[in-house]
Amino acid sequence: MQAILLINSFFASIGRSTLALLASIGRLVIFMADSLGHIVRPPFYPAEFLQQLLRIGYFSLPVVGLTTLFTGGALALQIYAGGARFNAESVVPSIVAIGMVRELGPVLAGLMVAGRVGASIAAEIGTMKVTEQIDALTTLSTHPVKYLVVPRILAATLAMPVLVLIGNIIGVMGGYLVGVYRLDFNSAAYISNTVDFLETADVTSGLIKAAVFGFIVAVMGCYNGFQSERGAQGVGQATTNAVVSASILILASNYLLTELLFSA
Amino acid sequence: MIELRGITKAFGNNAVLRGVDLSVTKGESLVVIGGSGTGKSVLLKCILGIVQPDAGEILLHGKPLDRDVFLQDFGMLFQGGALFDSLPVWHNVAFRQRQGKNRLTKPQAIELAVEKLRRVGLKPETAYLHPAELSGGMQKRVGLARAIASDPSVIFFDEPTTGLDPIMAGVINKLIREIVVEMGATSITITHDMSSVRAIADRVAMLHDGKLRWQGDVGEIDQSGDPYLDQFVHGRADGPIEGVR
Repeated sequence: MQAILLINSFFASIGRSTLALLASIGRLVIFMADSLGHIVRPPFYPAEFLQQLLRIGYFSLPVVGLTTLFTGGALALQIYAGGARFNAESVVPSIVAIGMVRELGPVLAGLMVAGRVGASIAAEIGTMKVTEQIDALTTLSTHPVKYLVVPRILAATLAMPVLVLIGNIIGVMGGYLVGVYRLDFNSAAYISNTVDFLETADVTSGLIKAAVFGFIVAVMGCYNGFQSERGAQGVGQATTNAVVSASILILASNYLLTELLFSA
Repeated sequence: MIELRGITKAFGNNAVLRGVDLSVTKGESLVVIGGSGTGKSVLLKCILGIVQPDAGEILLHGKPLDRDVFLQDFGMLFQGGALFDSLPVWHNVAFRQRQGKNRLTKPQAIELAVEKLRRVGLKPETAYLHPAELSGGMQKRVGLARAIASDPSVIFFDEPTTGLDPIMAGVINKLIREIVVEMGATSITITHDMSSVRAIADRVAMLHDGKLRWQGDVGEIDQSGDPYLDQFVHGRADGPIEGVR
């Protein structure tokens, strides 16, 4: 009898977890659909949008720039060491450029922005939720999704490709600096190899990825902020959830986008 | 003016409102009292549409309440002020007037904010501070200035004196009463502070256990004969209302 109860409780807990997971996915999908619907319907808040563009785009530049600079340099060292095994040291410029533009630039920038901006969005909106500021917006005839979510989603989706483009240039420059000053490559040959092997599709695919990652960061930040409850602890939990979920979704969607853009 | 019929609301197994019938007439100041967790805030949120009632109807001038229309002529003072941290005081006060097609310019909005701040006893220079730079009492006053900025015909006050010292609570109560009378606004206040009740109310309604327990004129609360209201009014630990809920 006790064994049957144990089995029942085991399956019941699996059922509860599955239902909770499906409910969370459902809530997220409804939230995304609602937010996307509000993007095209007035009123619009251009001042809020510009403020978010500055916060998400401009103020993320140092962290994205430093990340890609060091990664480009490390990549050059790694490819040089690996290439030496096959007498293929000359591929350093092209592999650094392709690796940075197609993959590392967008993914690393996405993860850094998820940590910096996703956390900040979730904490800000979460605090507004628990201090009734979101209810106050409603009573002032202002739709919270239009005022808080839409400007952040638009700003993140549009700012990320620009951030990644600049990050790519800095990352390639990091590889160039290490290649020329540490690995003794000829400067003109390094630049020529980089430019010759890089195709437009490499750049555009990275920028498409960046836009998708920006959208993910903003949506997960806003969604988790709106879901936060129970004071400071709830806001902390929302912030953690925003960063973790955005990071996982960035890595998963990166694989799917790579399949979509490069499988031939 | 505002009429609630058979409002019920449950969160899971917790039935917070269990068929509340309540009405407030034009220009009247109704104060809803009751212990913590009796559903006072949920009742207000049902009227505002922030919480959807499970059953019942809410009427405005005898017709089902259109939330968007209702909120256009409405102001609310929140328990914690609910001021927007990222905006200066003037923008908080004139927030509604800075939205939409006929929005005020920045100088016009500042002028309006300064006028409303003066009405609640704050100096013009307060307009340029941020909410974090204000004391609790000042935040409440700024919240009050925001609530009256558009001269609404309906104002809600959610626990207006919570967290304030008795003198500041008295100041806020007096301001609320003056403003409501001066504007001729219809108001609903929820509180468990009896000094607020006596200062603000024309009529009092008591919620207990998710239902309307008693309602009547403010002058009748001391001789109501209702043991629940009597215990609440006099703050007695012993009586029909359990101390631990």
